[in-house]
Amino acid sequence: MQIANQVIQLVKKEMLLEWRSKYALNGVLLYVVSTVFVCYLSFISMPNPLTWNALFWIIMLFASINAVAKSFLQESKGRHLYMYTLVNPISLIIAKTIYNSLLMIVLTVIALLFYAMVFPFQPQTDILMYLVATVLGSLSFSTIFTMVSAIASKAGNGSMLMAILSFPVIIPVLIVLIKLAKNAIDGLDRSVSLDDIGLLLLINALVMGVSVILFPYLWRD
Amino acid sequence: MQKTWWKILGAILVIYSSIAGLLLGVPHLDILNETIRNLYFHVPMWFAMVVLFTISVVYSIASLSSKNEMYDKRAVESANVGIIFGILGLITGAFWAKYTWGSFWSFDPKQNFAAIAILLYFAYLVLRNAIDEEQKRAKISAIYNIFAFPMMVVLLFVLPRLEASLHPGNGGNPGFNSYDLDSRMRMVFYPACLGWIIIGFWIYTIRFRIRTLEDKQL
Repeated sequence: MQIANQVIQLVKKEMLLEWRSKYALNGVLLYVVSTVFVCYLSFISMPNPLTWNALFWIIMLFASINAVAKSFLQESKGRHLYMYTLVNPISLIIAKTIYNSLLMIVLTVIALLFYAMVFPFQPQTDILMYLVATVLGSLSFSTIFTMVSAIASKAGNGSMLMAILSFPVIIPVLIVLIKLAKNAIDGLDRSVSLDDIGLLLLINALVMGVSVILFPYLWRD
Repeated sequence: MQKTWWKILGAILVIYSSIAGLLLGVPHLDILNETIRNLYFHVPMWFAMVVLFTISVVYSIASLSSKNEMYDKRAVESANVGIIFGILGLITGAFWAKYTWGSFWSFDPKQNFAAIAILLYFAYLVLRNAIDEEQKRAKISAIYNIFAFPMMVVLLFVLPRLEASLHPGNGGNPGFNSYDLDSRMRMVFYPACLGWIIIGFWIYTIRFRIRTLEDKQL
């Protein structure tokens, strides 16, 4: 399978590049740590579960935008052209999405650990469920933001456009995600959240499908 | 006459539905009382918006497959008029909300999602502004349009049904059809929908022609 091979090679290449410079990892981790620290200084303690949840997702949202925006926006023109001659566009978009998802999952878990250290989990939280919610969330963020950053990279001022384009698209995902996370915090029975998980997976599949179909058109420049 | 019959039809339908809507009798329901007449304005606005956005996405798909710049113009002008109708839908909804739910913006899920759907298309216009080169702009905005259309459908029709909303048809409330849209209202409602869709389409064709003429003069 040529596409599968290309995808694996591309993901390996991205991971290698990232590991050499650790640019995105360090940048986003620094962002998360400093934000949590500032919140710690202002809030001191956070007994209110609503605030706890909301703050975590605000931090994760902006961390994701920063992390995933780099994936397309920092590609130079020359490298872009070189890629164009080498690989199938479908492999490229799938590889970028997989790489961004992995990056986001790692970052989210580290961010959650740090956040939980500073502001402890609420007593009745279903921690495993919350972890599932965060992983699903990072997956959704990365699929949507990868496509939006691909579109934004083609236009002029990339990063501002990235924020404008991504905001309306991410709202439905964010609403379902926060509801799911809130269910986990309240310690509700897991079957209650199955609908929301299904909906998130469906939105992910929809966005992935549309991205794979549309990216080849974006590619030919 | 061949080319204009539908415009005259649209005009007559809208005038009829506006006058009849305000004068003919309506069923009396609690809380709604006379505001139920807003049905003849609020719902047709949204129908017209959806029709126009569908036209927009169809022309975006066409613009991607062929390189005809006319398709791109049609896509953007129908999106423009669609946004206007969406804003009108939000305004009529807000007025209705003031009298039935208590405030203009009740932070009802349907209201919020509808506003975000309009924001989606505002972002489309911003994207178009950010790209200077014509062909590139046509291609990239077509891609974003195709990306945004299913999102809009999900935001307006799928998500509100899952949330606790006061809006009829969502959050467990029955839609208007089941218990109170009697035949008197249907007589005005269906012509209103058709009339406003025709008017929206007419405005779009005019804007398209203006845009074509402007571009020719450049």
